[in-house]
Amino acid sequence: MDPELLDIRRHLGEHPPFDGLTDDQLDDIASHVEISYYRAGSQILASGQPIAALFYVRSGAVEVYRRSGDLFDRLGEGSLFGHYGLLRGRRAQYPAIAIEDTLIYAIDADRFDALYETDGDFADFIELGRPRTGTSVDSQTRNNDRMATRIRKLVTRQPLIAESDASARDVARQLADEPSAALLVVEPQGDDPRYTYADADGALWQVKGILTDADFRARLVAEGRPVDTPVGEIVNEQLVAVQSDETMQEAMLAMLRHNVHHLAVMHRRRPIGVIRLEDVVRYETQSSLYLIESIFSQRHPEGLARLLPEVRNAAVRLIREGADSRTVGTALSSIGRSFVRRLLELAEAELGPPPVPYAFMGMGSMARNEQTLVTDQDNALVLDDRFDPQQHDDYFAALAQRVSDGLDACGYAYCKGGIMATNPRWRQPLWVWQRYFRSWIQAPNAERLLHSNIFFDLDNLYGEERLIETLQTLIATEAGDSLAFLAAMSRNALNRTPPIGFFREFVTEKDGQQNDSINVKRRGTAPLTDLIRIHALACGSQAQNSFERLADIKTTSLLGPGVADRLSYSLEVLSLARLRDQVLDIEQEREPDNNIEPRNVPAKQRAEIKEAFRALSDAQKFLRFRYPMPSGGLQKRGR
Amino acid sequence: MRLKADPHARWHDWLQEMARRADTPALRDFYAAFPDNPEAAIGDTPLVAIDLETSGLDPRQHGILSVGVVPFTLNAIAVARRRHWILRPPRGFSGESVAYHHITHSEVEQAPDLADVLPEILAELQGRLPVVHYHPVERRFLDRAVRERTGSVFRFPLIDTMEIEAKRHRRRWRLRLRRLLRRSPASIRLNDSRIRYGLPPYEGHQAVLDAIGTAELLQAQIQHHYSRSTPVGQLWV
Repeated sequence: MDPELLDIRRHLGEHPPFDGLTDDQLDDIASHVEISYYRAGSQILASGQPIAALFYVRSGAVEVYRRSGDLFDRLGEGSLFGHYGLLRGRRAQYPAIAIEDTLIYAIDADRFDALYETDGDFADFIELGRPRTGTSVDSQTRNNDRMATRIRKLVTRQPLIAESDASARDVARQLADEPSAALLVVEPQGDDPRYTYADADGALWQVKGILTDADFRARLVAEGRPVDTPVGEIVNEQLVAVQSDETMQEAMLAMLRHNVHHLAVMHRRRPIGVIRLEDVVRYETQSSLYLIESIFSQRHPEGLARLLPEVRNAAVRLIREGADSRTVGTALSSIGRSFVRRLLELAEAELGPPPVPYAFMGMGSMARNEQTLVTDQDNALVLDDRFDPQQHDDYFAALAQRVSDGLDACGYAYCKGGIMATNPRWRQPLWVWQRYFRSWIQAPNAERLLHSNIFFDLDNLYGEERLIETLQTLIATEAGDSLAFLAAMSRNALNRTPPIGFFREFVTEKDGQQNDSINVKRRGTAPLTDLIRIHALACGSQAQNSFERLADIKTTSLLGPGVADRLSYSLEVLSLARLRDQVLDIEQEREPDNNIEPRNVPAKQRAEIKEAFRALSDAQKFLRFRYPMPSGGLQKRGR
Repeated sequence: MRLKADPHARWHDWLQEMARRADTPALRDFYAAFPDNPEAAIGDTPLVAIDLETSGLDPRQHGILSVGVVPFTLNAIAVARRRHWILRPPRGFSGESVAYHHITHSEVEQAPDLADVLPEILAELQGRLPVVHYHPVERRFLDRAVRERTGSVFRFPLIDTMEIEAKRHRRRWRLRLRRLLRRSPASIRLNDSRIRYGLPPYEGHQAVLDAIGTAELLQAQIQHHYSRSTPVGQLWV
């Protein structure tokens, strides 16, 4: 298309749903918009007026009213309106008024129809008014952030460009003032048309390569070359470039394949930016990183509590954008850890430094990086062996109380079973913890197995890493060696069964009479996590995350071929179903829970959930067989 | 305020005379179809925004490098109907020495002379009132270029969005502004005006985008300072 319209195209391409379109689709839309200016206060659409276009706010602001006169929506730059009218008889449903001087790009109805009918993501956006959440693991994978987001979204600035005969010193000076440490080296009129472009003055240039810090180091300093060496001689000439409408996934694969950390991004043949591996990583975690920064800037526990809506927003955003359960679980766990850390920092600032070193231990989903939006606290204090209850416990009791109260205020409910550092039983020196753990492994009973299930997913949240590591190592070496313990854990893990019969019945039902809900945590993710933990212990894995544990298990012959993958898939299906239902709860202003209401589950996803429960059921049957109760009571398994 | 005694009558007579005298059919049609009724409402008048990229500011020394046009009305700017011509630089200019955007050497070598595309350009303008930003450039360059190739004068009323901006200021201020602006590059003048109406900055210096930007600016100016029924004779220069 004409480079003249790049400005229009670029703006559209930065806003959903257009950011998901191909370059060709974008070109077509940008080159066919009709532009209209509306002065502040003027009416853009009247209710019932015939409508022949989708309206895109290029600049300014628009308010859309209900027929009753109530404000329906306030729209800013990059927003759309008029789509309800286009879908319903080509008449405007709601009046729209420019509340600032506004420039509108109108996209004709034929183009709108074509996109709506051929592009599922576009249609979902139009119907839902937001990016699609995806309804199954398949579409989830396709819609995963990295898979769907086009690389141009990461390009935030023009590339720095140097001519190949510029001296290394001059270029280094130029780079010294720049946050980015990479630039493109170009030379006049090369022979590779793929990378040849015309600059603002009409001169032709070929992009030769990307010059990074590493090139200065390896090919200038290390080789003892003079600082006036032309950069063309030190740049790595193997240029790795991607087109601006390729996905982040493709960009990452290109980096891996060529073992580089920088990519040139081209639109057609013109370089429009350089992206770094860090840019991709940062994009994926951006919202949670921002939140974590604000957690650490709070000066009072009350300030932390006020961040609860933002925590939920971050999770909702991630899930809506199609992140997988692991990404969401990791983000929410990182946020939870940050709350704990900040609460401890604030408590220490008030109570003074701790009398002996300690580690604040997190258990359960936070340790596994599998938190969801519904979570209570499971924590404990592991104290240095110099701990003297008489002298020191007042301090740690107060510390624990502050953290526990603070977490409750931040949305992490008190543990009903009292598994918190406020409980003196769970505020002990390391040697006591070692004794606890050994007794649980060596003489399991119902209560001890419950404790093992909770405490054997453990992670250091704050303080002395070594205290927790000692315990992790103890579990990995001793639990996996005790056949009796594994057998007891296995039997225990069979207490909670998947709702497979129930679900099959539900699935075959013809109408929507069935209103029961399924607790997908109790009947699904929890038993699956228990089961994975047992296999992980058996193979000596020190991983805490269930997916990582499955990856470790897969390297052994503990399970049959393909079983670990099937379990991994099942865990993803169930975790996502749970997360998505929690998002739905939040959107419908209910308190999120672990129940999924079948009526909210689309048919395709229902089939996947059924399959996941079936895989869990099969795996449970295998568990009983794999870890039988050893005859003659408790025995150590020989090595 | 304007110096012309009766600009309305002047343009009407002039356009009729030109239609009669023009040698080339395309020029004749252009003049004959020109919307020359000064009482016509701006809101009912078909418009066309024109922007030229030139190799300098002096039509005697410099040439037209590209022409961008976009037809529009006060309601809508039809981006799909935009046209853009790259022209072979006039004698005395090498492709390397001139500065302009997004035009490659091979495009320049294959580019037509204005004479080759003049009928096409005139067809786009026909029946529409031209709108430009800072009219001395467009008027003088087009007149000279057409005159060199056809022998006919090429001069017609047009709306100048910069003139409209300038009119809003007191005379002294206006003179100062114009003196100041004349030394600045065109795109900055256009964007400065646009900013006052909440229009987004476009990365300028491309004929089509500047034409679109000019059309947007006129839509904004009419809504802010005039009305749809303002007679065109009050706006054109």
